[in-house]
Amino acid sequence: MDLKEWFANRRKRQENLEIKQPLTTEEYCALWKQCFQCRELIYTRDLHSNLSVCPKCQYHFRIGAQERIEQLTDEGSFKELDSSLSSTDPLKFFDTASYSNRLEEASKKSGLRDAIITGIASIQGKEVALGAMDFAHFGGSMGSVVGEKVARLVEAGIENHLPVIIVSSSGGARMQEGIFSLMQMAKTSAALESLHEAGLMYISVLTEPTYGGVTASFAFLGDIIIAEPGARIGFAGRRVIEQTIRQKLPNDFQTAEYLLKHGQIDMVVERPKLAETLARMIDFHQVIEFRPRVAKTKVEATSTHREQ
Amino acid sequence: MVNNETKTVPLDFEQPLTVLAQQIELLEAQLQSQPELEPDVTHLRDQYEILRRSIYSNLRPIDHLALARHAQRPYARDYFDRFDNTWMELHGDRKMADDPAIISGLVTIGPYKVVAIGTDKGRNLRQKQICNFGMPQPEGYRKAMRMFEHAEKFHLPIITLIDTPGAYPGMAAEEHNQAEAIARNLMVLASLTVPVIAVVTGEGGSGGALAIGLANRILMLEHAVYSVISPEGCASILWRSADKVATACEAMKMTAAEIHKISVVDEVVDEPLGGAHQNYDLMAHTLQKSLIKQLDKLTKMSPKQIKQDRLEKYRKIGVTVE
Repeated sequence: MDLKEWFANRRKRQENLEIKQPLTTEEYCALWKQCFQCRELIYTRDLHSNLSVCPKCQYHFRIGAQERIEQLTDEGSFKELDSSLSSTDPLKFFDTASYSNRLEEASKKSGLRDAIITGIASIQGKEVALGAMDFAHFGGSMGSVVGEKVARLVEAGIENHLPVIIVSSSGGARMQEGIFSLMQMAKTSAALESLHEAGLMYISVLTEPTYGGVTASFAFLGDIIIAEPGARIGFAGRRVIEQTIRQKLPNDFQTAEYLLKHGQIDMVVERPKLAETLARMIDFHQVIEFRPRVAKTKVEATSTHREQ
Repeated sequence: MVNNETKTVPLDFEQPLTVLAQQIELLEAQLQSQPELEPDVTHLRDQYEILRRSIYSNLRPIDHLALARHAQRPYARDYFDRFDNTWMELHGDRKMADDPAIISGLVTIGPYKVVAIGTDKGRNLRQKQICNFGMPQPEGYRKAMRMFEHAEKFHLPIITLIDTPGAYPGMAAEEHNQAEAIARNLMVLASLTVPVIAVVTGEGGSGGALAIGLANRILMLEHAVYSVISPEGCASILWRSADKVATACEAMKMTAAEIHKISVVDEVVDEPLGGAHQNYDLMAHTLQKSLIKQLDKLTKMSPKQIKQDRLEKYRKIGVTVE
């Protein structure tokens, strides 16, 4: 390479050299997240690997359905059900924009068809029918699709003799589907009645936030009800109550810990322990029939006999 | 023009009628001294009837809402008292309280003995305060649940009459877990093997209404409304404005006719012209006839079929695409 060529190349290199712009606010926010509770700045990748729990104050960030499923289930075990089920606009609802437009917008934003993902998966080796709601899609609201998917998930549980777990996160019923949304409360509760009759277990996991029609139907019908720390759970929203009774509510009102104190839920479980707790809970209840402990040796004998 | 002894309060859309009625009254007073006015008065009376019919056949959703919330609208108690004079009220949830917003008891409807449950809004201010304006507390739902179980044990059909603005957004209601109370009612109602008929007689307000409304057959009175959220709530959330209530009423499709069209409601029960409050006895009689007709069909089914019928009814509700 002669000198001339070297200079020519250098010029070319300079022309191709991209000048990096400083990060935009959006990109910056994608890289770093500020904890809502302790205001600590956390590197997003660290937050993600810490299951979206603040390493400093243990604040549990809201997570989407996809991330929830990744956290809970054994890798590659999740088989989605009814992934193509989506909403229509049965009432031709129109507020400031039409409901069909809002649906499209919501899907674009969240990358989901509706506010719940359901499927069959295994949690630490225990096979379950699992549903996870996503607050980022239309406020996690329950319309016909959420109702139908929950009903089908429960039916899948009955058919395959599996326990059902639903991780809820919802603002309530979806107003844009009017009376249909209200009736999904009835539909999901009726489906759970069949599960109850089949003697199968249902664990409800309540996460930040779970309100309205969802709490007043499937979310509070669990045989076991677990909540994540700090999650706000209730029927009517805090602001509505304050406006109605015209007094200030206690700071911890409607939090998971408050509910635990008032006997409404079984336990508050931190996110890192959730999968293990669920697996243990399922394991404990997987008793085919009741046998007194003293008969243990006899039972073993019969079972070996059967194997032969 | 009004059959009841007390005068009914006119609603906004009834204003033209009130004006006309006043004019007729004025002319009638002069009739004694000026008999030649007779044909005019007759003409005006005819006009009045025509106008009345045209007004009531062209009601907007918000007019139905006004009728459903009419201060003189008959409440559950008014119906139960008129059903064959057999009403025996039963009280309390056996756990904590007796919520006056939900009344329950035993009543005979034609040949059927039934367990009856209804909401009560209270007639005067004192009663309204006691009944919390028809908004039940969790204890009310649990009282209803106790009655569901009672009915199941003695194989009695259940009739529920619904007229409530909705659940009460209060601190105690949340602490006593109203979400669970509603959810548990839904699950228990789904499990029953006796016929359940729900009638929305006035306002069917969201979860509070549904808590006693999961039934084999849902009936609605002609001017009743049934919605997932109050139109005021819907307007303030979606339009961020309190004066869009009329628009919200239209958008939500909450009238009896509209909900019947999408097959969520099984039957619309006619009201006397001008609304149920015009004639309590006639309204109660019409409703009783409808209830007997529905019970005739439902009681022919086996207990297992009755439960299956209810489960299938709700399994089908909802519109989705795949």
